[in-house]
Amino acid sequence: MKWTFFHKLGSPKWFFDISGKLLPWFVVTGILLLVIGSIWGLVFAPKDYQQGDSFRIIYLHVPTAILAQSCYMMMAVSALVSLVWKMKLADIFITSAAPLGALFTFLALFTGAVWGKPTWGTWWVWDARLTAMLVLLFLYFGVISLQSAIDDIQLASKATSILVLVGVVNIPIIKYSVEWWNTLHQPATFKLTEKPAMVPEMWMPLLVMVIGIYCFFTAVVILRMRNEILMRERKTKWVQAFIFK
Amino acid sequence: MSQSVEYIGLGKVLKEVCLREYLCAFRHRQAFINPLVFFAIIIALFPLGVSPDPKFLSMASVGVVWVGALLSTMLSLDNLFMKDYEDGSLEQFVLSAQPLYLIMLAKSFVHWTLTGLPLIIISPLLAMMLYLDFEHLPALMLTLIMGTPVINLIGGIGAALTVSLRSSGVLVSLLVLPLTIPVLIFATGAVQASIDGASINGYIAILGMLLMLSITLAPFATSAAIKLSVSN
Amino acid sequence: MNFTSLDSFLAMGGHGLYVWLSYSVGLLVFIIAFVSPLLKRKRIMQELTQLQRRQKHMRTPNENTESIN
Repeated sequence: MKWTFFHKLGSPKWFFDISGKLLPWFVVTGILLLVIGSIWGLVFAPKDYQQGDSFRIIYLHVPTAILAQSCYMMMAVSALVSLVWKMKLADIFITSAAPLGALFTFLALFTGAVWGKPTWGTWWVWDARLTAMLVLLFLYFGVISLQSAIDDIQLASKATSILVLVGVVNIPIIKYSVEWWNTLHQPATFKLTEKPAMVPEMWMPLLVMVIGIYCFFTAVVILRMRNEILMRERKTKWVQAFIFK
Repeated sequence: MSQSVEYIGLGKVLKEVCLREYLCAFRHRQAFINPLVFFAIIIALFPLGVSPDPKFLSMASVGVVWVGALLSTMLSLDNLFMKDYEDGSLEQFVLSAQPLYLIMLAKSFVHWTLTGLPLIIISPLLAMMLYLDFEHLPALMLTLIMGTPVINLIGGIGAALTVSLRSSGVLVSLLVLPLTIPVLIFATGAVQASIDGASINGYIAILGMLLMLSITLAPFATSAAIKLSVSN
Repeated sequence: MNFTSLDSFLAMGGHGLYVWLSYSVGLLVFIIAFVSPLLKRKRIMQELTQLQRRQKHMRTPNENTESIN
């Protein structure tokens, strides 16, 4: 097993160079897949039997929800790497990914709520998934505000990593409790049919959107990480040389 | 001629820590009365803000009491580490030969006896003001006894992360409250079940699990955060 | 193709408001997510080139300054 790859990952300069080369690919693929997926979902996918055309919101809601959750998981892995192996790049990833995760969580909540109106008759409904997503948004805000409150970068990174890890331990507990709470308070006659039984014509655009959103996320995280690296490493020779060009 | 150094064992250290906490708290009594008053004010705000209708209040009473307990615990968390950080004793704890984990556990325990217990003691009065039935009070108090230590322990993590900040304001609450949601859900669920006539054993078991989890895991995070905060 | 005309496409079977509201806010979010690091990059480059220029001036002082004596 080539461990040199992981050691290289510890170097911001290496990451900066290689991400610069990979960035255009992610940008192009991401935007292309998102556009194709949206048009496919909006125009070409068949109408849903129960929900009519409003179900097309799924092509936005589900990918953003998936990303919102996996972004936090990625941050948790990074936090572990940061605390155990003290890798700078892991800290930088957490700083860069957190606002994005929060943004997509918000979008998932918004699209979920807007989907709720024609489907369940109300703009907001305290169902298990939306409520758990709301708590996830709070967790993101906590990470973002803790990071911005501490001035010293090293301290801020370590504190944020601890917080992210505490949060990730809590997430299964929170999800379980919210789902349980929801079954308790849900009126018995309510039928939740969020994911209609899907034929390939329906879930293929969804797959395209999910891959597209991951590529888009990677592209934007790389952009943010490059900015962060420039700021943090501004006193090093290679950054000075880079700016001078 | 070498002087023999007395080895101070774990038990003595923990006892000293607890005694010190109580002594400091006694000297700053007001700081521990404030959260209780805050608790009472929150309870009073609901009838004033929404409706004094007994039917509504008795339905909302469990949740309101629990939310009040959560918020006033958040308020009291400042006292946990701030003074120790300022006078340098937090560093002494970190440097001590005894495990920081246990010292943190001791501090959290003392803090709970000073904030959580008084809260639990006045809760029956406040709950009855919200028209909660007499017979459900034991359930409410049991959930408070099991749940408030969890909030104190998780809150300790948040307090430890922010202790080196000048003015953290509501940052600690922002960090900690989402993590206490499961406690809130199961505690209120338990009392609700008691009101509905069902058994509360399952809920109490889950609350017990959360309590055990936090007693064993939270001090790890707290001590890591404390070591971090004093190191800069 | 599911829609017979542009009108029916925009109407989305009566749910047009919701679908287009979601997608437009979605588009907005994607644009904000993409553009904000680009703008920040510009600011950072400006700031750092200024910093570099200032440091160069400090190391090699201007030859036109009068000598002290």
